[in-house]
Order: sequence, then C-alpha cells, then structure tokens
Amino acid sequence: MMEKHLPIPQKEARLVMAHMYVAFISLLVGGLMGLLQTFVRSGSFDLPFGIGYYQILTAHGVILALVLTTFFIIGFQFALMSKTVGLSDKQRLSAWIGFWTMLIGTLLTASTILTGKANVLYTFYAPLKAFPTFYIGLALVVVGSWIACFTNFRQLAVWKKSHKGEKSPLLAFMVVINMLLWFIATLGVAATVLIQFIPWSLGMVDTINVLVSRTLFWYFGHPLVYFWLLPAYMAWYAIIPKIIGGKIFSDALARLSFVLFLMFSIPVGFHHQLTEPGIDPLWKFIQVVLTFMVIIPSLLTAFSMFATFEMAGRSKGYTSLFGWIKALPWKDVRFFAPVVGMLAFIPAGTGGIINASHQMNQVIHNTIWVTGHFHLTVGTTVILTFFGISYWLIPSLTGRKLTKKINTLGIIQTIVWSAGMFIMSGSMHIAGLLGAPRRSAYSTYTGAEQVDTWIGYQLAQAIGGTILFIGIVLMVYIFFYMVFGAPKGKASFPIAEVSEDAEPTPQYLENWKLWIGITIALILFAYTIPFIDIIQHSPPGSEGFENLIR
Amino acid sequence: MHIHKYEKIWLIFGVGSLILFLVILAIGAFYKGVHPPSHMDTIDPKNVQENESFKEENLGLRQVGENEYIVNVLSSGFYYDLGKDEDGKAVNTIRIPVGAKVLFQTTSTDVVHGFHIAGTNVNMMVEPGHISTLETIMQKPGTYTLLCNEYCGSGHHYMAATVEVYEP
Repeated sequence: MMEKHLPIPQKEARLVMAHMYVAFISLLVGGLMGLLQTFVRSGSFDLPFGIGYYQILTAHGVILALVLTTFFIIGFQFALMSKTVGLSDKQRLSAWIGFWTMLIGTLLTASTILTGKANVLYTFYAPLKAFPTFYIGLALVVVGSWIACFTNFRQLAVWKKSHKGEKSPLLAFMVVINMLLWFIATLGVAATVLIQFIPWSLGMVDTINVLVSRTLFWYFGHPLVYFWLLPAYMAWYAIIPKIIGGKIFSDALARLSFVLFLMFSIPVGFHHQLTEPGIDPLWKFIQVVLTFMVIIPSLLTAFSMFATFEMAGRSKGYTSLFGWIKALPWKDVRFFAPVVGMLAFIPAGTGGIINASHQMNQVIHNTIWVTGHFHLTVGTTVILTFFGISYWLIPSLTGRKLTKKINTLGIIQTIVWSAGMFIMSGSMHIAGLLGAPRRSAYSTYTGAEQVDTWIGYQLAQAIGGTILFIGIVLMVYIFFYMVFGAPKGKASFPIAEVSEDAEPTPQYLENWKLWIGITIALILFAYTIPFIDIIQHSPPGSEGFENLIR
Repeated sequence: MHIHKYEKIWLIFGVGSLILFLVILAIGAFYKGVHPPSHMDTIDPKNVQENESFKEENLGLRQVGENEYIVNVLSSGFYYDLGKDEDGKAVNTIRIPVGAKVLFQTTSTDVVHGFHIAGTNVNMMVEPGHISTLETIMQKPGTYTLLCNEYCGSGHHYMAATVEVYEP
C-alpha cells in the first residue's frame, strides 16, 4: 500500500528552518574552535586574548556534540513527521516552545563558557565545578528536547486514532523510536544535573558523589551517539532508495533494526567506564556483551543498504556481478555525501568494537585514538549524511532548487571533508596507539623522546583540521545559498516506497508496550545491582574544585 | 517474519563471529583473570594519609620482594606525588628493572585524573574516594612518560612523571 505524503506548509517549514539556522551557525562556530585546537596542539600557535585551550575545547564539544546535533535532528524529525503524519496548530505551538527552551538553554550555557567559568568540557565530570548557569542551561536544552519528544509522540498518536488498524508510516515509526531512546537516555543526565550538579554548584549541598554522577552521565552518554546515528539511518533506509530510483528492501527489517537499537543502546554505559575503580568487573563485562548486541542491527542495516543498491542497479538493466555499482547516481550529491559517510562507518565501527572490548580498552582509553574514532562516527558518517539530507531538505522547505552548481560544490565539499578527516582522524588513531592523550593542550611533558614521536602526528592533525575547516566554510556557504540565493523552484522531498517483493510487516513490530517493556527490563538488569553497589560502597563525597579550571 | 536467504547467511556469519569474539573476551576475563582495573576499596579523599599505602613515607617506589615492587602515587592537580628522595626533594622519576612485577596504587586528593604510562597498558582512571590499582610486568626497557590523560583543569597537560625501565 502506498503511503500518502502531506505537503509542508510555510508555517511548518519555518519551524524546521529555525532549527537548521541554529545547527549551521553552530557548525561554523564549533568548527572554528576545533581548528584552533589543532593549531595549539601542533605546538606552533598560542591562543590570543587570554583565551584558554580548555575553554575552546569545552565550546567545541558542547556546540558540536550537543547543540548542532540536537537542533539538526529535532528539526529534521519535525520535517519527517509533518510529511508523514502531519502537524496540528497546537502541536506546532508546543514544538516552538521546545525550540525556544532549547535555544535559551544553549545561550545560557554558551555565555557561561565564554566568560571562562565553565572550562569543564562537555562531559563536565565532577568534582570540577562550573558556574551554575552552565548546568542550568544544559538542563533547559534537555527539557526543550523533551517537549519535542512528546510533540512527536502526540503526532503519531493522533494519526493512529484517525487511521485505525493501519501500520504507522515507516519514517514516523523511526522518529518515535529515536525520541523514545532520547527520552529514556536523558533521564540519566537530567537526574545527575538536577539532583546532583545544580544544588551542589549553587552551594545548597557541600559534596557530590563522583562515581554516581559519572555513571548517570554515561547511562546517557552512549545512547546519545545512537540518537545521532538513527536519523542518519532514517535517511539511509527510507530516503536514499528514492534518490537512487529504487525501493526499500524491507519495511519489516528496517523497523526491527530500529527496535533493536532502542533496546541495546542504553544498558551499555559501563563500556565508557571500563578502567574505573569502584565498579565490579563482572558487571562491566555484562554491559560489554550488551554493547556488542548493537552489532546485529548494524549488520542488518549494512545488508539492507547494499541489497537496495543492487536491486536498484539491476532494475536498470545492469546484470553483471558488480555492474550495478555503475548504475548508482554518483554525481548526485544527495546520494554521494551519505554514501561516503556509510563507507566511513566501516573503519569507524571497527574502532568502536576495539574500544568496547573489555580488556583492549586499556590500550586506547583516553588516548587521542578515541577522538579519532568519534570524528569518524559522528564527524563523518553522521554529519556527511546530515549534509546529504540538507541538499534536498533545505531547498524543499525554502521553495528553491538545488542547482547544478551547488550539486557540484557539494560533491567537492564531500571530497574535501573526507580528505581532511582521513588525515586528521588517521593521525589521531596512530598517535593514540603511541600513547598520546586526548583532551590535552600542547605539552612536551617530561621531555622524553617518546613524546617527540607524537608531535609529527599533531602537525598532521592541524593540516587535516585546516582542510576540514575549508569544508565547513563551503558547507555553511552552501546552506545560506540554498536559503537565500538559489533560484525559486520546487525541490522534491524524497521518500521511498517499499519494494513489492518485500514481505508484509508483522503487527507485533508496532507493539510499543512490548518494546518499551523489554528496554526498561534490560536497563534494570544491567544497572540495578551495580548501581546499588556503588551507592552502598560510596566514599565520602567531594567538594567542588573551581580553582583548578581558572 | 521472512528473512531473505542471503541475509540469513550474512547474519549467521556475522552473529557467529560476534559470539566467537565474545567467547574469547570471556576466556580472557574469567579463565585468565584479565579484567580492566576495577579496584573496589574506598578512601576519604580529604584524609588519604589514613590509608597505610598513602602515608607520606610510603609514597613512591618500594621494593617488596626479590623482583617485586610497589609504586604508591598520590594524584592531584597537577602532579603525581612519588614521595621524596634523601635530600627531601620531590621524586619525579622512578626506575624499575625490566621484568619486575610492579603494583601501581593511586588515588586522587581532588578531582578525577588519569594514570597512563604512555605506550603501555598501564592505563586507569583515578577518582577521589576510590583507590585504583594495577599489577603489571614491565617487559620493554626504555624511558616512559607517566601522564594524566583525563582532563583535570588548566594545568592538566603538565601533569607527568618519568618511568625508566632499565636492564639490571
């Protein structure tokens, strides 16, 4: 059965675009911070005006990992929901309230970082203590995102009521899964910020339980990366098949893989705490096993993608074993950018397996290898897919056309990005294996020869970082051109249909109570005993250390 | 739900290798006993001297057996306290003979720190209130840098010491 797609009226387009403006301005500002860091670490550059390295590092992390991603994702998801299930006036109003709450929170946090009173990095590990507005701002961002969550839930619920017995549109299903994941995950970070950090930073309590705060943070910190990844998967599963003139390989498998991501991306936070004291290694191992369960939906996705590509190629008459590759629209940036992102996920995912491997983590823990890893995952796979989405989403919202010139420029942008990231992330991986730490300003430490071997790679990171910044400038130009400069016209909003050969989707895939129930059960299984253990064996709490960050 | 034949083959191969991989990790962890550092003892971060290992006179390198050593370290912003030498000066270099069994024990008096002898697997988090320990054999001679690899404040990148592994 064909899904009906709704038009996106101007009022809804404005809502989505508001999110996009914040996202792309964040890209420019956060990217500049990243560029400066690579310069400092090369050893031949000092920051002017008394700006601190850890200040720009905090800004880089918060602006790119939290602000850019959250605004882009929520904006994109509103577009998908408008298109598939519609957005009522009331829902649009609550979406705007969510947007403004997040924006006020962002400005509050950003201005605290600017004053230099929050050099605590985006993970804000206690007992380093930032000025209270840093935490209050972050709490507002989370609360704003919850308003978006519940708006999306309501949108699907209303649609279901008027479409009794029908399965929900695939993209709406995916959005709701991602927002469920986000809501359940952010409960952890909200708990630590509201119950621990804010009262402590305001001086209402004297001490903070460090291990509890870190455990709650990482309960959120890993699903966070899946919250970034799933919107990219939405585009891969349900948008790209349309762009290449194909069909969705299987609606049921796409839904199944999203359900598996919901279940297995949360009860896994200990794999970020593997080398930490105070957590029983048995529970670390159990969470390592649960971590690796997400490999299954990743394998499903990889298969579906290549099956979709091959089917599309063969339907165009290419019959030889690999001939179908030629049939793919390599010159269409809406395809090229996300596919380069997909390819980057092969080394990125492999690195991730190493990181989470119980014992092997010790080799790379907190080295710059880890930084290299997530610049491949979120910094290449996810962001190139987001760019790929922008090339059709922005013009379709602004009533303009993706011109040939911008298409070509987009392909150049993708190549520039890949080249810069290959150099930067590659040298981060190597330097990390040699022992170079992450999150550290330029230093020769005690002057050992060993440290000299890292400096060359740090120079390479500055070269890669410079190329990446050129990529950012290109992308921001492309964005504003698509908003204000491109000729008026009609760009399509590509949503693929399911292949006729695909099996019907079983009813149970939409049994929300079942999936949420299993998700909660897994979280309780993975966390209850070790968390009680952590609280029962708590040492005396820690007072705040503001003096160390000045 | 029907799954395509090729996809079944792909999944059986993929999930099969995943299980094999996890079995290898489990053998390492539970049969060989190789776990990441997960010491469970706690300590009062404002009164670390209460613990025998972190009394001032016990800090730094101590030989405890024929070829066995203990290194007690206090981690704080922004240095590693490895005790004092005969002249009362702070020690910044420790020398360990190659092949010796070494137990590193550390805790923090302030914020979270890292404890990494770069280029080796001596890599652990140091948290206030908790004692981190790691036992190892230093097998390759050389001059290593012990450095803080968890952000601890404005002087984080100066927090370091030297570990020399020498041929006796």
